[in-house]
Amino acid sequence: MRITADREVCCSAGQCALIAPDLFDQSDEDGSVVLLDAQPDTGRLDVLREVVSRCPTGAIRVEEDPGV
Amino acid sequence: MVDAPHPPVPMPTKRSRPFNPPDGYAPLREQERITRMTYPDGTPGWLILRHAEAKELLTHKSFSARQEGLVSPVPTELQYDGRPADPGAFAKTDDPSHSQYRKLVTGFFTVRRTRQLAPMIERIVHEQLDDLEKAGPGADLVDVFTESVPSRVMCEMIGIPESERKTLQRHVETLGRLSCSVPEALGAVSGMNGFLARFIPIRMDDPRDDLLGDLIRGGQLDEQELMGMAATLINGAFDTTGNMLAMGVFTLLEHPDQLAKLREDQELMGAAVEELLRFLTISHLGASRWALEDVEFAGQSIKKGEVLTVALPAVNRDPERYDNPDQLDIGRTDHGHLALGHGVHQCLGQHLARTILRVGYEALFDRFPTLRLAVPSDEVPMRDDFVHYGPRSLPVTWDD
Ligand code: SF4
Repeated sequence: MRITADREVCCSAGQCALIAPDLFDQSDEDGSVVLLDAQPDTGRLDVLREVVSRCPTGAIRVEEDPGV
Repeated sequence: MVDAPHPPVPMPTKRSRPFNPPDGYAPLREQERITRMTYPDGTPGWLILRHAEAKELLTHKSFSARQEGLVSPVPTELQYDGRPADPGAFAKTDDPSHSQYRKLVTGFFTVRRTRQLAPMIERIVHEQLDDLEKAGPGADLVDVFTESVPSRVMCEMIGIPESERKTLQRHVETLGRLSCSVPEALGAVSGMNGFLARFIPIRMDDPRDDLLGDLIRGGQLDEQELMGMAATLINGAFDTTGNMLAMGVFTLLEHPDQLAKLREDQELMGAAVEELLRFLTISHLGASRWALEDVEFAGQSIKKGEVLTVALPAVNRDPERYDNPDQLDIGRTDHGHLALGHGVHQCLGQHLARTILRVGYEALFDRFPTLRLAVPSDEVPMRDDFVHYGPRSLPVTWDD
């Protein structure tokens, strides 16, 4: 499982850092998303789905099976 | 124009219960995905009452938040008249200009930064609770507590002198009141701008260690833009969180089973704040967007220039999205509400608001465990004619 976060798209609303503070933070400069852990264990999938649905800009993507 | 099976409706605003959205929404929501509505100035448009369509609209590239195309969904003397937003007033602009301005301040409003403000917020909350204690049973919670806390916090953060707070608060309130006349509104605008026009140059010569000082030192904004930015922050913060704080207390007092649960387990506070935001959705007249081009949306052909208004309180009670939507359940875990908007314009100050609400509810119910309404609940005067809903006053009492 791999997470990507697009800082260009992000509007710094902080839903990610609110819901999963161990995976996401926000930069001090402009509040944009900072990915703390791009490959968390699969047990976090539900939390990540929540983050993806709540992120107001669609900045966060989760590839469940990044393949090869 | 598309055949509408139902004639256009005006936006419903009448509430039979202060905790419920206007009664007119539910039947309309059953009819179609989006509802034809007429704006008071005659502009045709649409009302959005479904959660899914609201989310889609607020992230859709064909719709604009720019002030020039907006009209008020309810009758008011205050119209936008096709004017663009003032420089720096980013809320009613689109990207990229919106995000350029917004990014200059978002660093102050991150989850982490706003949590770090908890000690300052706690100090202010307790000072206001001291005042409540002094005022004694029968005091108006709005006057002594809920209105003062967020505006004091915001003044400290931005760096606005405490002595100006109450005057600014009155200006914001005037502008949020729909029955306000044009002269009253002009008075409020010139009061606000007059203050900022005096104050900003003083701080440009002597920037302090606060949000305004940071913006000034950043050097990216001219005086006009700094004024627009400061006015946006003041407008966005003074009236919203205060109403939410007051409505939350009112609601919990009227839902004693939920309050009891919360007292038993303070860990529930985070979820309780989210549920109150969903259940109450005090921003009851928006958000609105307008079509930049002809576009198919929710099975309808929307014409360029048509305005769409999301009835946020209705959307947050959409039975398609929530089980028992009309039930206040602080144990609910699946919130995903749109009380703070969605898309790039989602509320900038939302985490600050969350911290203020959490600290405020906690401290109030801790210090006044026997807090209750001093009048029957149907005698609490409500702000029906304001952009943000809430009690005009909330007389409370307690055992000494
Ligand atoms: S939730 Fe989305 S928009 Fe908000 S900070 Fe995280 S990535 Fe950015």
